[in-house]
Amino acid sequence: MRPHWLLALIAAIVLPGIFVAWMIWGGYEPNLPQSTFQADGPVGKLQKDLFWIIFWSATVIFVVIEGIFVYAIFRFPRRPNQPIPPQTHGHQTLEIGWTIAPAIVLAVVAVPTVSALWQIYNVPEEKAGLAIEVRAHQWWWEFKYPNQGVVTANEVHMPVGTRVHFTLHSDDVIHSFWIPKLGGKLDVIPNHSNVIWLQGDEPGEYYGQCAEFCGEAHAFMRFRAVVDTQADFDKWVAAQKAPASAAATGAATTGEALFMGKGACTACHTVAGTNAKGVIGPNLTHVGSRTTIAAGIMPNDHENLVKWLSDPGGIKPGNKMATVIGKSIKLTPDEVGALATYVQGLK
Amino acid sequence: MASIAVARRESTFWDTVWGWVTTVDHKRIGALYGITAFIFFMIGGVEATLMRMQLARPEQTLVSPDVFNQLFSMHGTTMIFLAIMPLGAAFFNIIIPLQVGARDVAFPRLNAFSYWTFLAGGLLLNSSWFLGGGLNAGWFAYSPLTGLTYNPGHGVDFWAVSLLVLGTASMAAAFNFIVTIVNMRAPGMSLTRMPVFTWMTLIVSILIVTAFPVITVALIELVFDRAFGFNFFNVFAGGDPLLWQHLFWVFGHPEVYILILPAMGIVSEVLPVFSRKPLFGYPFIIFSGIAIGVMGWMVWAHHMFTVGMGPVANTVFTLTTITIAVPTGVKIFNWVATVWGGQLTLKTPMLFSLGFIAMFIIGGLSGLMHAVSPSDAQQSDTYFIVAHIHYVLFGGAIFAIFSGIYYWFPKATGRLMNETSGKIHFWLTMIGFNLTFFPMHFVGLNGMPRRIATYSAGMGWDFWNMVETVGAFVIIAGILLFLHNFFRSLRKGEVAGNDPWDGRTLEWAIPSPPPEYNFERIPVVHSRDPFWEQKHPHPLGVPAGASQQRPGNRAQQPAVAHAAETHEVIHIPSPSYWPLITALGNAIAGYSLVYRFIPGLFIGGALTMFGLYSWYMEPTVKHENKKH
Repeated sequence: MRPHWLLALIAAIVLPGIFVAWMIWGGYEPNLPQSTFQADGPVGKLQKDLFWIIFWSATVIFVVIEGIFVYAIFRFPRRPNQPIPPQTHGHQTLEIGWTIAPAIVLAVVAVPTVSALWQIYNVPEEKAGLAIEVRAHQWWWEFKYPNQGVVTANEVHMPVGTRVHFTLHSDDVIHSFWIPKLGGKLDVIPNHSNVIWLQGDEPGEYYGQCAEFCGEAHAFMRFRAVVDTQADFDKWVAAQKAPASAAATGAATTGEALFMGKGACTACHTVAGTNAKGVIGPNLTHVGSRTTIAAGIMPNDHENLVKWLSDPGGIKPGNKMATVIGKSIKLTPDEVGALATYVQGLK
Repeated sequence: MASIAVARRESTFWDTVWGWVTTVDHKRIGALYGITAFIFFMIGGVEATLMRMQLARPEQTLVSPDVFNQLFSMHGTTMIFLAIMPLGAAFFNIIIPLQVGARDVAFPRLNAFSYWTFLAGGLLLNSSWFLGGGLNAGWFAYSPLTGLTYNPGHGVDFWAVSLLVLGTASMAAAFNFIVTIVNMRAPGMSLTRMPVFTWMTLIVSILIVTAFPVITVALIELVFDRAFGFNFFNVFAGGDPLLWQHLFWVFGHPEVYILILPAMGIVSEVLPVFSRKPLFGYPFIIFSGIAIGVMGWMVWAHHMFTVGMGPVANTVFTLTTITIAVPTGVKIFNWVATVWGGQLTLKTPMLFSLGFIAMFIIGGLSGLMHAVSPSDAQQSDTYFIVAHIHYVLFGGAIFAIFSGIYYWFPKATGRLMNETSGKIHFWLTMIGFNLTFFPMHFVGLNGMPRRIATYSAGMGWDFWNMVETVGAFVIIAGILLFLHNFFRSLRKGEVAGNDPWDGRTLEWAIPSPPPEYNFERIPVVHSRDPFWEQKHPHPLGVPAGASQQRPGNRAQQPAVAHAAETHEVIHIPSPSYWPLITALGNAIAGYSLVYRFIPGLFIGGALTMFGLYSWYMEPTVKHENKKH
């Protein structure tokens, strides 16, 4: 069989086409919780629109070059008894052409790139909107609202349509603050206070995750961002500012006693309005109102709380709580249950 | 390469071992480099496979997060410093003296020292698995995670010290090849007639001697922080973690080109031979190689787009980074033009070289996507980047390395590798590679961060992660087939003859395997493809690259002429064990530094000095065994 130009042309279209089709069919899943194809805020939109510009430019370049290349492979097989082909050493005009052409494409791509870049990274001195201080720890997130007087952990609330400036601090290693559907990430670096602005345009619950390798439990350092309507946000702030709700049931009262006493939870955790003033672990004043526990890795329910309090090291290896719970502090299953009931009641 | 051993006519097993231990022959050292690096390549592959098995399904506990963190840290370090770089060094060693028409490298004993030091560094690093665990902070080892506070074990020390040792080996080798290429080319081989692989080796060697000092500084600072309580990166004492990142990536980006330029050199040798055409745009390929080498120094901070450098720095590094696409594109266009209008023989080396181009284009374009810093903020530290680096380092460097192995195996051993096995190996690699790494683009853009030991079921990443794991096993099948083919062909492969591929460069003009002295008489070179010109005299006069002072009658004259002397005495450097002793001193000093055992540092240092002194005093040529 002598492959001729038609076969070569078909291969040149089909082979690169497989990759383009595979990319779009396999890759485009905007509904996934951390998909960057769904942008619900202006920063994410800028990045997504820019991605598509570059993606399609790259795809056109890919199809053309890969197509010509595949065509050449199929078009020019060696046949028996052929004389030596012309020993072409180059072509100056072609060289100049394919040096300048990509340069022009790149120059065109550079325009929207630089424009988006300054809109995202040029944070004005006067920060309009809401300010939130983020403090990343191995392996959880602390959120402080300096103007509202709210401190919480692993679940950040933001009002819809408002520009939010996150100031990022770390007291230990480097982390990276990332809420994919709202926008790209920014690293959280000790001795640097980076500022990133994000805005949520659709109320809803968004997934966040630490994106810079930060040690043993890096995979378990996630969080949630909740974009509220302004009314819901105000309600949330008011609730967060209130002291912790008192223990209601018998189990919760037992749990509270354990929390303050035998469990020694107060050494690390704060529950506003009580003697618990620890600052090593997350603030638990309203932990019952959060949707997840242990930095976004499990839904916040009784069963998971019991699991967590029984064996924090098994769920999140290397975390500080695991150095005491089950070691110097041993709790019975009943005590764990009571403690979980108390913690869950901290709405 | 056993046939090289046979050529030495050693009598007993221990004589053979001694012969290899004391060898200063560039071909044998190249073989040692290749075999050692391939073993490390397989260790890195096992690490990768364990990671892929762990990530095949969500929430698996096949390995603990701590072990997983060690696996990816060691995988990256191993593949870069112990596999791809030394596999490149294997080619430099075996091929460069043959291509430039020399009898050995400029400093044969320094060459042996490079190898033994590399081996010491590789063993030092991997011994950490058995001595308390390997590096667990990523191959980039970002401070402060590498500080004693967060990393009290010795994994970081093993890593930092082994990289210092490996750096010594790389620097020594690089100086050796610079001198070899600059000074030892055959008469008539001007820079514009030098084979492209030799050119890329020269550029890479210059990059190594300029980039490794930077990482050496960073590593010494890290070691001093850990061993002697210094505060370069100690944030509690005001140290700056970004200092490490800048130093690391100022080295790290040229390092990327250190890995890929030899691959580009191999491909530039293979394509013309199997297309029966000269390389298209030779000067442009060379100049774009140089441009890539130079521009590689101006782009390091694109690894740091998300550290908060601000809009000015991000703009500058975005623009410099996308500019690298120009010389890279020029290379690709010229390779495509080399194939265009040729007469293609799709033997295994050619398949791997064509595969290199096809895959490297994908890696280059995904590189362009995250060169653009605003959208990179969504891609940085996700599997999208993992996909990209594997398209350039596996689809690129490893494909080219396999191409080079199939291409030069007959020259090094005198036998051909099996074609059918080779082709199956290629297709298994091609399919397995794409199954493994293409879906990483998808999960990355759908938000899967890198370096996570596991993920939740609800994230939607399950399916493609399973596909990736299946792909990894297809690659493994290919590697096993390759190993079988390699060892079988060593003994039973078809005898190759001097020139099985209708080659173009000098190495194909001499016997396979080459005699210890390579060239009986040093050739005189009159063109860019000297051996091709000799076999296929130019019908119309001046071949490309031929000197303009010799017009017209070139057709009558063989392109590979020989130096005039008839009774030439061939000087072969004699074997020496001092390079090994010198390297051993480095290893002892290395272990001592890891365990902060100061007397050991002095013992190791003294042994190295003693080795160097004895090496210096040793006569370079013993007159009884160099006469031919």
